[in-house]
Amino acid sequence: MRLSQNSIALYVVVIALGFLASLLFPNELAQISGLVIVVVLIQTWILANKYMSVGQRAFVLYAVVIICGIAAPFAFPNYVTQIAILWLMILFALTWDMMGGQMGYNSLGNIIFFGVGMYASAIVQIGLYYDVAQYTSHAGAVKVQYDWFQYVFGMGLGLIAAAISAVVVAVVLGRVVFGLRGPYFAIGTLGAAIAAGELVGAWDYVGGGGGITMPTFPGSGDERSLFFYFALFGLALFTFAFLKWLYSRRYALAVNAIRDDEDKAEAMGIHTLRYKTVAWAMSAFLLGMSGAVFGNMSGFVEPLEVAFPTITFGIFMVLMALLGGKGTLWGPVLGAVVFHIIKELTWTYFLGWQWVALGMLIIINVAYFQQGILGWAQEKWPDFFGLTVDESDTREAAADASGEASK
Amino acid sequence: MNSIIEIKDVSKAFGGVIANQSISINVAEGGITGLIGPNGSGKTTLFNSIVGHHPIDSGSIKFEGAEISTFKVQQIARLGLLRTFQQTRIYSKMNCVQNMLISIPHRTSGILDMFKAHSPETNERALELLEFVGLFSKRNLIAGDLSFGQQKLLEFAMALMNEPKVLLLDEPTAGINPTLINGLIDRLKMANEQFGVTLFVIEHNMRVIMNLAEHIYCLAHGELLAEGKPDDIQNDQRVVDAYLGAH
Repeated sequence: MRLSQNSIALYVVVIALGFLASLLFPNELAQISGLVIVVVLIQTWILANKYMSVGQRAFVLYAVVIICGIAAPFAFPNYVTQIAILWLMILFALTWDMMGGQMGYNSLGNIIFFGVGMYASAIVQIGLYYDVAQYTSHAGAVKVQYDWFQYVFGMGLGLIAAAISAVVVAVVLGRVVFGLRGPYFAIGTLGAAIAAGELVGAWDYVGGGGGITMPTFPGSGDERSLFFYFALFGLALFTFAFLKWLYSRRYALAVNAIRDDEDKAEAMGIHTLRYKTVAWAMSAFLLGMSGAVFGNMSGFVEPLEVAFPTITFGIFMVLMALLGGKGTLWGPVLGAVVFHIIKELTWTYFLGWQWVALGMLIIINVAYFQQGILGWAQEKWPDFFGLTVDESDTREAAADASGEASK
Repeated sequence: MNSIIEIKDVSKAFGGVIANQSISINVAEGGITGLIGPNGSGKTTLFNSIVGHHPIDSGSIKFEGAEISTFKVQQIARLGLLRTFQQTRIYSKMNCVQNMLISIPHRTSGILDMFKAHSPETNERALELLEFVGLFSKRNLIAGDLSFGQQKLLEFAMALMNEPKVLLLDEPTAGINPTLINGLIDRLKMANEQFGVTLFVIEHNMRVIMNLAEHIYCLAHGELLAEGKPDDIQNDQRVVDAYLGAH
């Protein structure tokens, strides 16, 4: 039986959700019922493997993830923000993997697009009804009160502006840094990210280091949490669906070829610069929109901690993709889920030592577990991933064999 | 026969080392041309010059009558002039079929072609060529896990997938066991006859090159030493001396 990536992903997602669920429930009774849910889900998985085709199992997996995603904020109303951040983490890992995993260009500067998107949306949303320079010079003394229409319309425009400006920055920056390869590319992009934070910090129009307060959300606190939860959830779903489609196209093989041997790819006539630019631009497009949503969600945009947090989000996105298995579709998702759980647990139970624990995780990951969860699974069970020798030597023999198997 | 590649007075030096000195070579269209010479005689440098890997110092390189010595690697590859590498290069983390599918000619690809799916014809062609080189049963394996000889065969199949007009082969039989070599020679000849690919081959194995090529050029110390039919080359005293180190 061939076990697809989807099935392994389902297994890990189920275990992780169950684990998270049993920790979050307030009392023993609830924890027990949480475990019962886990058992039911695992049983579903076993039955799914037994009686369903690969396509049907994929459908069940997506249904489970989407239902959990929709139900989560209502099931755990106290943790809406944490789970919303989980979707943001998944977005980080997926968009980083577009470059670092699929194309082998380990960017440490993708956070630039997040910050650029955030600032672009801030300028557009404030600038729609106010004078930005005047607003920032009053440093929060002016409260921006929008009604629902103004708020949603402004945020829609902000998202578009964020995506476009991030793409422009990616294309321009790409021209400069795509001449660099390997560690030089990583260091070059890291430098660019740090410089971006400092530059914005010195730009008075957007409030400099003092930051800029985003428009106040027109609804209640609960409505606000749900609004941003579903914004990030929707963006993450869209990103995953888009990448699933993209990775079935010629694009995927071309960027993988660049990852494996760029000189060979050039010698075979592949338009390498075009692929690299488009890959980075798409990654920037999605990250720019994530930044716009997160800026509104935090309500306050500031260069070093919120918009360009190189040593937190900027490193997390690399770590999550590596942990889950870079260069795969599900790997970054699994990595983000596992990482987020570990991070929340260490922040809760090892407070004061959380950065040490996180550093340990990075070292163990890079030194002993480079291939990540999915990469490890693929090495352990190559048959499940279809990495097999076919007994037939010719196409006709293979056609005969499959004909007999289906009889 | 027409010359598809015309190399005239090409020189290339790396610092003080003169790798190629005013070399002139013509590669006949539709034929198999050989390039031999002792180690360090400048064969691979000449290949690199032809495919645009580095700029040449002087001289001219024409492909189908048009000057290509200022073109970049990708542009030349898209014209249909392709090379394989001495240290076999394949996409090591992708499986064999994927290696084949991305080796399609990129001559006319526009920006939107990168979002195209693989056509059934391309798939069929990939399997056909894998069968041609005898790797059909290994098609789902990761290319980096194949043996060195199998990787050479895969690289050859990838080159054919690209539908080149001319294929420059840098030591196609190096590191391959003798049994496999005979099979490879047959396939090189078949590629030349059936697919009409002009071959220009660097080879150290004399038995192979004498068997394969119709016309042979011999380099030594960066200069063209001799040229002629295989029999002439074999009996040329200068070539024998060069290989035995009389120079």
